[in-house]
Amino acid sequence: MSLRKLSVEQLLERASTGHRGALGRLLTLAENSATSEAVTEATFGLSKAAHIVGITGSPGAGKSTMVGQLVAHLTKDSQTPPAVLAIDPSSPLSGGAILGDRVRMMDVDDVAFIRSVATRGHAGGLAMSVPGCVRVFDAMAYDPVIIETVGVGQVEVDITAAADTTVVVVSPGMGDAVQANKAGLLEVADIFVVNKADRPGASDTRRDLDLMLDLSHMTGQEDTEYRPPIIMCNSLVGDTVGEIADAIDTHKQYLQSSGKGVERRAGRARFEVANRLRQQFEANLEGVLDSDTRVLTQAAAGQISPLAAANALAEQVLRF
Amino acid sequence: MSTSPSGPEYDAWKEAYDATKKRDVPFETMSGVPVDAVYGDAPYPGQYPFTRGVHASMYRSRLWTMRMFAGFGTAEDTNARFKELLRSGSTGLSTAFDMPTLMGRDSSSPWALGEVGRAGVAVDTLADMEDLFADINLGDVSTSMTINGPAATVLAMYVAVAEKTGVEVNQLRGTIQNDILKEYQAQKEYIYPPRPSMRIVTDMVKYTTAKMPMFNPVSISGYHIREAGSTAAQELAFTLANGFAYVEAALAEGQDVNEFGKRLSFFFNSHSDFFEEIGKFRAARRIWARWMKERYGATDERAMLCRFHTQTAGVSLTAQQPEINIARVAIQALAGALGGTQSLHTDSYDEALALPTEKAARIALRTQQIVAHETGVTHVADPLGGSPYVEWMTDEMERQAEEIFAHLDDLGNGSILEGCYVGIENGYFVGEIADSAYRFEREVNAGRRIVVGVNDFTEGDEGEGELLRIDAAVEDYQLKRLESIKQERDSDAVAASLTQLTADAADPTINLMPAILEATKAYATLEEIAAAMEKEFGTYVEKAIV
Amino acid sequence: MSESRIRVVLAKLGLDGHDRGIKVVARILRDAGMEVIYLGLRQTTDSIIAAAEQEDADAIGLSMHNAGHLTLAPSMLHALKDAEMDVPLVIGGIIPTQDVDELLSAGVSGVIGPGASAEEVVDIVRTAVAAVARSSESGPEAG
Ligand SMILES: Nc1nc2c(ncn2[C@@H]2O[C@H](COP(=O)(O)OP(=O)(O)OP(=O)(O)O)[C@@H](O)[C@H]2O)c(=O)[nH]1
Ligand SMILES: [Mg+2]
Repeated sequence: MSLRKLSVEQLLERASTGHRGALGRLLTLAENSATSEAVTEATFGLSKAAHIVGITGSPGAGKSTMVGQLVAHLTKDSQTPPAVLAIDPSSPLSGGAILGDRVRMMDVDDVAFIRSVATRGHAGGLAMSVPGCVRVFDAMAYDPVIIETVGVGQVEVDITAAADTTVVVVSPGMGDAVQANKAGLLEVADIFVVNKADRPGASDTRRDLDLMLDLSHMTGQEDTEYRPPIIMCNSLVGDTVGEIADAIDTHKQYLQSSGKGVERRAGRARFEVANRLRQQFEANLEGVLDSDTRVLTQAAAGQISPLAAANALAEQVLRF
Repeated sequence: MSTSPSGPEYDAWKEAYDATKKRDVPFETMSGVPVDAVYGDAPYPGQYPFTRGVHASMYRSRLWTMRMFAGFGTAEDTNARFKELLRSGSTGLSTAFDMPTLMGRDSSSPWALGEVGRAGVAVDTLADMEDLFADINLGDVSTSMTINGPAATVLAMYVAVAEKTGVEVNQLRGTIQNDILKEYQAQKEYIYPPRPSMRIVTDMVKYTTAKMPMFNPVSISGYHIREAGSTAAQELAFTLANGFAYVEAALAEGQDVNEFGKRLSFFFNSHSDFFEEIGKFRAARRIWARWMKERYGATDERAMLCRFHTQTAGVSLTAQQPEINIARVAIQALAGALGGTQSLHTDSYDEALALPTEKAARIALRTQQIVAHETGVTHVADPLGGSPYVEWMTDEMERQAEEIFAHLDDLGNGSILEGCYVGIENGYFVGEIADSAYRFEREVNAGRRIVVGVNDFTEGDEGEGELLRIDAAVEDYQLKRLESIKQERDSDAVAASLTQLTADAADPTINLMPAILEATKAYATLEEIAAAMEKEFGTYVEKAIV
Repeated sequence: MSESRIRVVLAKLGLDGHDRGIKVVARILRDAGMEVIYLGLRQTTDSIIAAAEQEDADAIGLSMHNAGHLTLAPSMLHALKDAEMDVPLVIGGIIPTQDVDELLSAGVSGVIGPGASAEEVVDIVRTAVAAVARSSESGPEAG
């Protein structure tokens, strides 16, 4: 029977018995505005507190290749299967997209669940639907949930709002890029991976990052209890993915022991709630302005001040 | 004749021309007007930078080689075809392999299902190679083998057959395509990542230089780049850049550029834009000679020659009104001849849909025979040289190519080889090719470009005629053959040879050819040998650039 | 969130490495507003099924240039049936007209032949997607 006919609850029930098509369908519903609220309502209570790992870095740094290797390692090691949300940009002209990250993760898609997501007009390296999709994975006991960002050239700060642990992937020959983005990198990175360690210049890149971390420590910009590790990796063979997995674990423990994890999750909740409020507020605002033209007419005629007009409508906007 | 040419260059040309034997045909027009062997200005054909041709006398001495592929079904089937060709006076054998063989897979692989023996001959073990060349003295023939990913293994098998039949290995003549770089750019028949693949190519260059001096270890191929959708200039530039990359790799191994330079040859596409193609061929010779001399320090002129094989453009053939493809092929073949090709393959008109039928293949051969024997274009070397348009087009092709070389040089920090690696890794080549293909497609779609029978002049399409279909019996036969070889062989020897091969692969200072040769002699299969190296080298997945 | 979009998995099944056509089709579909999950070369029926499930594909497009369509297309249809998936299958590439009917009656939802225009490509995919969506909505369990 077609999955298209099933309700969110039915899909959840199927997905929880391991039906991957049902989970795929749920993610689609989480992506589309007409259905996303229903999915959120049905899944928010089912959280198993999955660890959310963000992977960011410039285009072609080897994020997808690294994720493929990391996931291969995780499927061997952990009891819960990992999931991946791989994000690629939508074309601003047509709204269509070509999603190409999956190609590098094809070896692991029997145990892990890999989903390609287009940004659909959202800037900042993520898609609007990311929190909703993460929640679906979490509800279905996938852990960790890995998010590969678009990789648009500059550091994507959004990822820190969405992830518990953020891994920044850099590759050699990007010395200048590292320099230019110092502040941004430090702000988001919990772990650095110097990928393409088989290529010349990898140790220089490592040294640059090290210096940068030293500097920020001296100037007290960074947390003194936690220093982001730098891990060298050749993702073509995945030699150090074990180390990367361990570093993620260490950071996870640090989040727990330091209370930072609670802080981050609180921050994330605030971010999401604020986003929703903002959206709701916008919609209300437009609605009130469209329906109550009397106050606007008075304001236009100069009979009342703009401030007075806003005050007169504020109540309605909140209640709309 | 107006002004007759003179000067020291002309004298040198004349001397070279006079020194060569000529074909025994009248060099005059159909109406009986005698014509000279060359017209126009220096440098003349056979003179640096060879824009006008690699030989002084060009087709007056020897027509281009009319090469048609053979290779279908089992090794025995192809062997019968080979013998027929040899009996009818041919000395060159050209071998096409089936898809599993090209990808280093055995006929028994799940990937091979439905593909065994279909587009070429299936080779799993040395036994198949023995069947393929049974009762043919390898010392007497020149064999061209179109294979890349597993080229080293197939070459080793060829050597093993020679050894077993008492032919001196240094007497072996022929060419193996072995152009791995263009696989990542266009044809996509790779096994390992680029760098280890290049090591195998370099090992083969070294091996043949030392042991098989008459064998061409690489045929640098733009054909597939063009088929994948590139422009003429991209075909030219990517192909020559790959050539530079092989040269740099061999130089880095301490090889002598004058030595291996002589044994590099090229393979280009001939498409329908007549003058663009001719300009491309002429520019190829000029660029190659200049770079070999100036950048890579060749001093022997023979190491500066861009000798090439040409095939008409398979992608230009339409499924609609297939007979009109004969006209396309004729025009493309003529461009190849006017561009000074050393050998030519003409496509069959029904190839847009399936493998060629015998009739279609015969018409294709006849088409180039008409160009060679009826048109008179073979009487004069570089007959279009000196035409303002042709000279401009040649310069323009060169200019565009040089721009691309500059980009690659930049990507590779002064090394074209590194530039090619980076361009493969970051998707530069496939991206550029896909852009060009898409642009062309859009233009056809918008009607800005007319493809006869496709978006205009469409009436009169009677649909496809009879299509050649290969039956499945070949697969059964091949599977049984492979099974019985596996039963008979000494499995300990196989295992030992494969272990050795993996060990050698781990040490980049060791030439892989001896270990591969040992493994083939133990009747290890093509796939087993590929897997032994894959353990060390890994595999390659291309970036999803569309 | 956002408007729903047609999602198409595109792949080459088997060893055939001719990817000029499939890349052009990928761009055409993107430019028509679809989301293309590009798997590229050397896929198996298993890998395509896994991708189509996880990506919740509205259609699968396979490109074939090696005359294998009469064996490969049915084996893909079988795999889909075994996985109980009602995702339409569209075949593109070098498909002789004389084979089109056989493919369609075997259950292929659309065939993109040589020389198809961009509009035709988009139309074939849209029609295939719409037909399956319609049949799944008008079934007895609808609601
Ligand atoms: N030599 C080497 N190449 C690598 C390594 N990791 C990835 N690559 C290559 O780098 C290229 C880009 O890899 P991807 O994994 O697609 O990079 P990405 O960061 O996901 O790229 P986008 O998603 O397009 O931003 C590919 O050609 C990979 O094969 C590595 O460790 N060493
Ligand atoms: Mg990626």
